Amino acid sequence: MDFLVEAAHLSRYYGKRCAVNDVSLSLASGQVMGLLGVNGAGKTTTLQMLTGNLAPSGGQIRINGVDLLKQPVAAKRYLGYLPDTPPLYKELTVQEFLRFCAQLHGLDKQAAKKAIAYVLDRCGLIGVGQRLLGNLSKGYQQRVGIAQALLHNPKLIILDEPTVGLDPLQIREIRELIRELGQQHGVILSTHILAEVAESCSHVQIIHQGRLILSDSMANLKQTMTSDALLVTTRLPADTKVLSAIPGVAAIEKLGELQLKIRYNPSCNPGQQITETIIVAGWELVELTPVQKSIEDIFINLTGGKSA
Amino acid sequence: MKAALTIAARECRSLFLSPLAWTLLAIMQLIMAYLFLNQVQTFINLQPRLAALENGPGLTDVIAPALFGNAGILLLLVTPLLTMRSICEERRNKTLPLLLSAPVSLTDIVVGKFLGIFSLLLLVVMLVTSMLLSLLAGGTLDFGKLFANVLALSLLSAAFTATGVYFSCISPHPAVAALSAFGVLMLLWLLDWTTTLSDQPNGLLTQLSLLRHFQSLQSGLFSTADLCYFLFYCLGFLWLSIRHLAGERLPT
Repeated sequence: MDFLVEAAHLSRYYGKRCAVNDVSLSLASGQVMGLLGVNGAGKTTTLQMLTGNLAPSGGQIRINGVDLLKQPVAAKRYLGYLPDTPPLYKELTVQEFLRFCAQLHGLDKQAAKKAIAYVLDRCGLIGVGQRLLGNLSKGYQQRVGIAQALLHNPKLIILDEPTVGLDPLQIREIRELIRELGQQHGVILSTHILAEVAESCSHVQIIHQGRLILSDSMANLKQTMTSDALLVTTRLPADTKVLSAIPGVAAIEKLGELQLKIRYNPSCNPGQQITETIIVAGWELVELTPVQKSIEDIFINLTGGKSA
Repeated sequence: MKAALTIAARECRSLFLSPLAWTLLAIMQLIMAYLFLNQVQTFINLQPRLAALENGPGLTDVIAPALFGNAGILLLLVTPLLTMRSICEERRNKTLPLLLSAPVSLTDIVVGKFLGIFSLLLLVVMLVTSMLLSLLAGGTLDFGKLFANVLALSLLSAAFTATGVYFSCISPHPAVAALSAFGVLMLLWLLDWTTTLSDQPNGLLTQLSLLRHFQSLQSGLFSTADLCYFLFYCLGFLWLSIRHLAGERLPT
């Protein structure tokens, strides 16, 4: 498989403080990777190294097969980057700014015109093209930042906390956009919002105190997220003794008068039998749902729950 | 190189989008016009006596060196104000990552910044030159000497710009950048004065003086030493800026 990014054993020191320690990651086209971590975990430093803004203390980075440290200019051609603060020249208009970015990436006049029209449409910026960047609201500035990262149609798009400062509606639009982008490009985004990763990413990496503590695909993660428990609600009180006699049921926890949490052995799911038993006994089944561990639970588990 | 020109164009454009460039141009022009008229008056007063001299100084000799010399001093004051924001402000506004993650080299960034501001100063040089050219309406000019003065002032402003860009690169705040650039330029300007006290006209300090090389070029004497001085001066400061930017990315 051809990887868009291959970073091996990255580490970065600020003086004696180690911000990133032995982080490796790789991403192929068509994948969206969420880099998850609490504030100060080392997400931004990792992204800054991947985009050539910081030199790593150790390790190697290849962007689309080109060594970023040895051939930075060639490697950066494949890169679109939105830093944590959108890098905008406040005295320019949106159009002027995007034209400047297009020129920086070596687009000719015709290509630049097309690309600008495309990203203006894509990022919902039509109508503000002639406005000064300094006069735009935070949400629009963020969108221009994203537009700038997409402009030259890079293979790899790196977004550092792309939804910070946006209102809920805008957040939904941006997540939608990221999912769409993930179909043709490789996307890496950093965030401390767990829902964001669950919603828009195909792969997850969790960084904590500079170390990578989890690296998995979202599908695998979702599987580990289903725990071995069912939530059962009935209209009339159920007899727990009868239910615990069903083969496979490991423990029953009473959550309320009419609500039970039934744990079972992962080898056999007793859902079918529980349903039948409740109906036959006439307790009137209202709800039976598998309990989902949230990504929060996993995150807190992995980070030791100290600072999450 | 194309990337450097792109960055230069944006830098120059941003200068003109702020009131700073316009204000500086206006004030410069006002002061230069006053000095120019003053110098023309001096020439008119001296003219009867000059005409009596054989091989006496002409119109260009009397007006150009004084006018361009004064322009040099004014630029010494003004250039640090123009250069102070170039890289420092990019860092403070967090726009530097845009350039650092684009496929451009650090050399492109620094040279682009330099060219952007230098082009504005060239405009100042042109405006000053145009004042002298207006004398053609009623007299003749020595174009060789005029060219020498234009070249000297252009090279001088290039040196000022390179210094300013370097200090903007290493300073945390634009005011600090302006002040340090001004201090260093002033010192290099004054070096010549101190050496006139001692009896070493060709000592090391004299050789380092901006003023001395500027005046030498102004006199119409094209010495390789003067040209090389300005060339290496600019390249030196630009190289230091590039090294500094590269060093910032490295682990401390």
